[in-house]
Amino acid sequence: MTLRATVEELVREFRANGRIVIVGASLAGLRAAETLRAEGFTGSLTIIGDEPYEPYDRPPLSKQVLKGWVPADHTKLPRMREVDADWRLGVAATGLDRDTKQVRLADGEQVPYDRLLIATGTRARQWPNPSEAALYGVHTIRSRDDAAQLQKALAESPSRVLVIGAGFIGSEVASVCRELDIPVTVVERGSAPLVGALGGVIGEIAAQMQREHGVDLRCGLGVSSLEGDSGGHVRRAHLSDGTTVDADVVVASLGSIRNVEWLEGSGLAAGFWGVGCDAGGRAFDINGVVTDSIYVAGDVARAPHVLYEYQFLAMEHWDNAVLGAEVAAHNMVNLEPNYRPHLLLPGFWSGQFGVNIKSVGVPPFGDEIVFTQGSVEERRFAAAYGHGGRIVAAVTFDHGKWLEYYGKLIEQSGPFPPPPPGWDQPPDMKPVPAEFPDPRVPTAIPDVVLTGHAPSERTAEFRPRRH
Amino acid sequence: MVEETPWQQALRYANRANPYPFYEELRRTPVARQPDGTYVVSTYQEIVALLHDPRVSSDVRKLPVPVAAPAEGSAEAEPITEAVISLEPNIITQDPPEHDRDRRMMTPRFVGPPHSPHLISDLEPEIRRIVDGLLDNMQGKTRFDAVDEFAYPLPVTVICKVLGVPLEDEPRFHSWIETALDALDFGPEAASEEMQSRLAGGRRAVQEFGQFAADLLDRYARQPGPGMLSAMVNEDGPEERMSQGVLASNALLLIFAGHETTVNLIAHSVLTLLRHPDALEKLRRRPELIVPGVEELLRFESSVQFWHTRSAVEDIDIAGTTIPKGAPIFLAYGSANRDPQRFTDPDELDLERCDNQHLGFSQGIHFCFGAPLARLEVQVAVGEFVRRVQNPRLVEDPPPYRHNQIFRGPRHVLVDIDGIHD
Repeated sequence: MTLRATVEELVREFRANGRIVIVGASLAGLRAAETLRAEGFTGSLTIIGDEPYEPYDRPPLSKQVLKGWVPADHTKLPRMREVDADWRLGVAATGLDRDTKQVRLADGEQVPYDRLLIATGTRARQWPNPSEAALYGVHTIRSRDDAAQLQKALAESPSRVLVIGAGFIGSEVASVCRELDIPVTVVERGSAPLVGALGGVIGEIAAQMQREHGVDLRCGLGVSSLEGDSGGHVRRAHLSDGTTVDADVVVASLGSIRNVEWLEGSGLAAGFWGVGCDAGGRAFDINGVVTDSIYVAGDVARAPHVLYEYQFLAMEHWDNAVLGAEVAAHNMVNLEPNYRPHLLLPGFWSGQFGVNIKSVGVPPFGDEIVFTQGSVEERRFAAAYGHGGRIVAAVTFDHGKWLEYYGKLIEQSGPFPPPPPGWDQPPDMKPVPAEFPDPRVPTAIPDVVLTGHAPSERTAEFRPRRH
Repeated sequence: MVEETPWQQALRYANRANPYPFYEELRRTPVARQPDGTYVVSTYQEIVALLHDPRVSSDVRKLPVPVAAPAEGSAEAEPITEAVISLEPNIITQDPPEHDRDRRMMTPRFVGPPHSPHLISDLEPEIRRIVDGLLDNMQGKTRFDAVDEFAYPLPVTVICKVLGVPLEDEPRFHSWIETALDALDFGPEAASEEMQSRLAGGRRAVQEFGQFAADLLDRYARQPGPGMLSAMVNEDGPEERMSQGVLASNALLLIFAGHETTVNLIAHSVLTLLRHPDALEKLRRRPELIVPGVEELLRFESSVQFWHTRSAVEDIDIAGTTIPKGAPIFLAYGSANRDPQRFTDPDELDLERCDNQHLGFSQGIHFCFGAPLARLEVQVAVGEFVRRVQNPRLVEDPPPYRHNQIFRGPRHVLVDIDGIHD
């Protein structure tokens, strides 16, 4: 038998009888499982999830579910195909032993694998003071249960809702409150809503939008403490400027934390920004060496991106979860040269205050912004972000059908400012600073982050040569 | 005699039944300059790029007239664009911000939430009744015309109801539409004396049709009635109302586009399935395939073969060519939908085709306004045809075609049948 034939036989054998474990039973985990089966993997498949539910979809949770249009338990993800897996739901993974190739579970069980996919995603950052976070009426929103509880609280017509943090989720919650005619105060530590993801110029527009819709928006402020009544129900918040806000529902929307703690001691390049991997989803160890048997996908993955100077990019986006999972799953049951890369141009959407906001590329990579189409005044426009004379991202307000064009320009490293449109030109087409905050400013963390070059960050452990 | 370009050959009436071999040749030059200065784009990726390019205008008022000096020795006639711009601008022939505002005003009254989220789906029982009635009428027949007796009556009845156009006016606007379509020629035959004389008739028909639409709107302004046109005249939205002229032009567009393309789509679907008995049989056995099946039929025989009112407002570099500022751009959807760079085996009819993002309804901001209604009508009509018609056979292949190249479709499709199932 030639070496090549032997390798092909090994691949066949693995596809037929291998053991694959997926940790994470949400969007990325499910789509990876489906892809494995579609690619002809017939071995054993185990899917581990810490929530008791089958995979569900999260975008509706902060929108349709909160409005009461859709019950939280009606968000189950559709199955694209039979996955025939051993589902271990309601039990978290607590450790990884790469020597014996086993995943440890919270119930003490050990699950052996030949190949492992890490898709543990992120969780909501909780209000940092535990006793205040435990007050009745204090919410976060990330899971199905979170959404169900918050929806119930909103349905009881609270006298005022306080939203802490004006990123996308916080702004969407504020928008839903106004639609339900509930008074709402938003406190944002940064200079404006959405400032981490889209910069201060767009943030200022988002701020005006919130105020026009009756949101009591307070920027450049923090919440110092939450105060409850004798029954343990939250009643008041004390802000950093000494003022107070009376509210009986508080939503802490402080960004997310990547679920990597269970990987401690595993020797993988796992840290604050996620688990480092190559563009094919193969995990790096702490020395930056690619592993052969461990893959990463979804919110928890960070990989170098060709369009952004090969900086590591972490994306908390829906299509990143789907497409990254598909690529990782494909590569898990194939060998070189049949590996595929996951080279997604990041993109997201958000609906708030009656406006559909969409973006492509990585806005925080840009340092300038220019309005390219439409009218800021009418809240329908496109704007492009530039860095070093090339276009690196674009954002649209109610102008989403043009994103395709900007996406192409970004992929081709087109010029910045981009060529002017032939009609519907904004009055001012001069690039201005995009006003992104220092990435170290708390709560201004965007949901797409370049994680590669921060000099203060060192997720790899340096081991000098010993012999 | 200058040799004709593949595009000119594709547009000849003699090739109406099968322009595809010429499209294939055309795609070798994805962006092909024609002797009259028009740039014809025939490949999928390039068309999609231009549909999303804000340097491309759809505004007829920005079209250069005349297009260009005729090439030496060629018998270029009066440019076709002249007939087109005699229409007032409507949502197809406008750019943002006017386009966006007018479409925003029309959308909620047609498909859109929040005003009428169920309008289209609520039409399904009525559509089924009409289709059933048409097929019931064929009981006892052994031959029928799938255009006159099946494809035409359904969409025209539905659009009259949706818009609020009296069905008894149908013979009048039908004749104007036919006259106008027969007068519009984008190929080398436009120069012929016959087409020149038809052109005059076509212009008259468009004017009369426009007057008809304006009168109808006047009537609704005095006395509101059912349907979308009355709503557009009488109901105030958050934005400024359209001018009377633009309103009438959009009304004309809705009446015309609301059924014309659907007629061709149903006729082509029947014709295509009769040419592919395996596919027909598959659809009979698995009726649930009607949804992806109609998408495939839309790809296979695009109702709108190309569109002709776009132009470059800046120089545009694309596929190794620069389309100069001011040049008219024709986007050849019918060719893009058969582009092998985009679709595997594009000349095969595959009712279960995956990744079938065809351009049968275009893309971008001018994406077909009536797509949801067209889809529903064709799904019901073709689905019921397949279910109820016994042993259908094509009498004549190819059937005679209508003259127009954009709205390409058979004039008649005679079908022999054994009977009609209940």
